[in-house]
Amino acid sequence: MEYRKYTAFFRLQFSMGLQYRTAAFAGIVTQFVWGILEILMFRAFYQTDASGFPMTFAAASTYVWMQQAFLALFMPWMMDNEIFSNIRDGNVSYELCRPVDLYQMWFVKNLASRLARAVLRCMPILVVAAFLPYPYGMTAPADLTSFLLFLFTLMTGLAVTVAICMLIYISAFFTLSPDGIRMAALCVIEFLSGAVIPLPFLPDNMRKLISLLPFASMQNVPLRIYSCDLSGSSMQHAVCLQLIWLLLLVTAGRQLAVLALRKVTLQGG
Amino acid sequence: MITLEHVSKTYKVSKRDAGFKSAWKSFFHREYEYIHALDDVSFTIQDGEMVGYIGPNGAGKSSTIKILSGILIPDQGLCQINGITPWKNRIRHTRGIGVVFGQRTQLWWDVPVIDSFELLKEIYQIDTASYRQNLDRLTEMLDLAQLLRTPTRQLSLGQRMRCEVAASLLHNPGILFLDEPTIGLDAVSKLAVRDFILQLNKEQNTTVILTTHDMLDIEALTKRIILIGRGRVLLDGTIEDIRRGCDSTEEALAAFYQSHGI
Repeated sequence: MEYRKYTAFFRLQFSMGLQYRTAAFAGIVTQFVWGILEILMFRAFYQTDASGFPMTFAAASTYVWMQQAFLALFMPWMMDNEIFSNIRDGNVSYELCRPVDLYQMWFVKNLASRLARAVLRCMPILVVAAFLPYPYGMTAPADLTSFLLFLFTLMTGLAVTVAICMLIYISAFFTLSPDGIRMAALCVIEFLSGAVIPLPFLPDNMRKLISLLPFASMQNVPLRIYSCDLSGSSMQHAVCLQLIWLLLLVTAGRQLAVLALRKVTLQGG
Repeated sequence: MITLEHVSKTYKVSKRDAGFKSAWKSFFHREYEYIHALDDVSFTIQDGEMVGYIGPNGAGKSSTIKILSGILIPDQGLCQINGITPWKNRIRHTRGIGVVFGQRTQLWWDVPVIDSFELLKEIYQIDTASYRQNLDRLTEMLDLAQLLRTPTRQLSLGQRMRCEVAASLLHNPGILFLDEPTIGLDAVSKLAVRDFILQLNKEQNTTVILTTHDMLDIEALTKRIILIGRGRVLLDGTIEDIRRGCDSTEEALAAFYQSHGI
């Protein structure tokens, strides 16, 4: 029974997310243009020397289109400003006056709003990208197993993303103004998660280290499983690592939340 | 029953003079001041009592309400509400209380009020039968029928406050904390909220603790008054103890504050 309050909250938040139609339309247009630009840029590189790259051009195109379609699931900067303002002006008092766990509530809130945005935006992008000529479009998944694994890691990757965002939210209890931590963290996370360029494109030593970090468990794993760039034992490692990081990040976030509520004064009269 | 024994809470507040020079100075050496928001506060409130908790701005009213509702931990002292220490067992404690902060909103901004209510039903795990019953009763008493399907952001302050009060009572709490519930309301809305609180206390025997600056609220609602200033309880009695023959409670209160140097 305990979980029902969180599913009810999820439903409300999800349906709230679905009502922003104009924002979704604007997002779709932006992501198309961005995707096309990125693929044209890759094309220029590949035309110079295709053998110098770790992925085929078609796989890179697929990576880009999937990334644009599911942008709302993984982009760290899509954070919930309401949570920050609630902490800053003390409105969080109300949430604490209710029989809910703050961490779980905010986690569910983020999951719901990210999923709602992704659901609104992914379909048009996926459909159009599927009909673009090879190698500029999106290729079909290799087989059913890798497609199911893609879906599974997509959800785990989303959970890892939210768990990382949770740490940034909770840090706002300690710093009064979260903007500094937020800006610095977002730049670093975006690069290290493969949102700027896919991680396989990085130099070997750097890539080995980066792929162990929690940020590599966000979009890097599902998108590369889909484009068949990640398979076999390295894929198994990546999936295990995702689950381990999820567990660690959630545990850390919960501990930090307990500490925050104990130590910190709630703002405002 | 609510008991507070020797509760103290101190805040650390950073201070500096105006201007660029002192801002620069405070970058390297910050000066702090310790503010005793609550200083050895004790009182007991019985079930079904209505208590006005008053005092000038900054007296420690909100801090007390926060401690009573389990979201602030005092530095010292004991607090028991129906046998539970609020901040030690926050989630269990919150099931039995309702809270309205007049300056904030607990309703979800972008959805119709009824959606917020339905969510609260799940959050408090209210069974469907008593939820229906409570909703019908509150809808009638607070005249909400026209408001339930409107998004919160499009309600006027008075309409919203009626919905806020209803939201805090859906789970039938035994104790209701009202932190300035009539702030900014017009005369009609004020009267509606006051009437409702009186009726609630009479019918459900709900314990009500009310902070306000509006002495008419106090006159209309409460027999007992706890007056605090600078974090200390200065008076625990009735409205007559403040008035002492004065016609206007407002003036009597101002005189009382002055005589205590607050």
